[in-house]
Amino acid sequence: MNAQDIIAKRIARELKSGMLVNLGIGIPTLVASYLPEGVQVFFQSENGLIGSGPIPQEGMAQARLTDAGGRPITALPGASTFDSAMSFGLIRGGHLDMTVLGGLQVDQQGRLANWMIPGKMVPGMGGAMDLVTGAKRVLVAMQHSAKGKSKVVRECCLPLTSMRAVDLVVTELAVISFAEGCARLAETAPGVTVEQVIANTEATLVVPGHVPQMAL
Amino acid sequence: MQTVSLGHAVSVIPDGASLMIGGFMGVGTPECVVDELVRQGKRELTVIANDTAKPGVGIGKLVSAKLVRKAIVSHIGLNPETQQQMISGAIEVELVPQGTLVERIRAGGCGLGGVLTPTGVGTVVEEGKRKIAIDGKEYLIETALRADFALLQAFLSDYLGNLTYALTACNFNPVIAMAANSVIADAEHIVPVGVIAPDHVATPAPLVDYLIAHA
Repeated sequence: MNAQDIIAKRIARELKSGMLVNLGIGIPTLVASYLPEGVQVFFQSENGLIGSGPIPQEGMAQARLTDAGGRPITALPGASTFDSAMSFGLIRGGHLDMTVLGGLQVDQQGRLANWMIPGKMVPGMGGAMDLVTGAKRVLVAMQHSAKGKSKVVRECCLPLTSMRAVDLVVTELAVISFAEGCARLAETAPGVTVEQVIANTEATLVVPGHVPQMAL
Repeated sequence: MQTVSLGHAVSVIPDGASLMIGGFMGVGTPECVVDELVRQGKRELTVIANDTAKPGVGIGKLVSAKLVRKAIVSHIGLNPETQQQMISGAIEVELVPQGTLVERIRAGGCGLGGVLTPTGVGTVVEEGKRKIAIDGKEYLIETALRADFALLQAFLSDYLGNLTYALTACNFNPVIAMAANSVIADAEHIVPVGVIAPDHVATPAPLVDYLIAHA
């Protein structure tokens, strides 16, 4: 399994029936394809849809039914659509059980930076700031390092998405939780040792006596 | 409400106007109105919308034609031309969190001076804004937005201008319909009064100033 699939599959295990969940672009989108059998969740697309389904079969795309990247999707039975004020009311108002986003950096206190690299990339924050501020649980799906540098850092040097600490970061090496204002090593990926995770992480990790292996 | 030709509807928009335009990555954007803005060469526009779509689609066409002076949007990541014009200084871009943007517009349309939101507290978004604490929690004061014109894409309009929207093409459309001095609507289908049940009207007819007649 490659890094992205490990991350997506582990995050999919956090999904429970009945949850309202928003998946971001990139690795988070893959989470839907690893939904455990028997689990039924409502996926929200912030452009105004609850109950988004997979990509339509060829020739079955509907121009007015798209995901937040503007690509054609489908709607599952029981889906609902609404305007952007309602969509972000759901997000900010605490009605969204979980959001899964990509990340550029997460610091030791769990603060996420994921929307711009000054001087290089200024796409805009889109819905990310509202999602991180308002969702009940915030999960970050990202590779552990980029260009040999840890993305789990002591302090973010990139502009923050929110002051609110995320709940979990899942990488291809580890699951890190941020429950008590510190970064705690919660799980290691199969075949990865605690020492390897520490060696690849800039942030100081709290390491409990026993660190379980990620179940996939 | 007047039913007018596309050319007439766009002719009432002066250079330098502020436009709220419906759509999310071009889905729910009145494409014919955008094309006519380009054809008539309306310049120095301020565009308030979710995003600038991508080159060749929706608001992206206005950007490519260099008709936009300022964009108040949440996302420009899928339109490299907006980013290039921002870097060169040709377009001023104000990036606003999406939920904040739609609430600022909603406030503008509902007679409110603004909204209090926790989104952006402690980030670059709070720069230059007032903060207020309520019950121990910090909020930013985000001021209301209004525009000279709202350009809507509806699914159905009846002869009076009652509107419905389709699926994810709804997005900002019913919100901007409240927040502009003049509202121009294009509908995919124009239907007799009564076809849209009262319960299903999303934008009531009195909000619509111009409905574009089908050629």
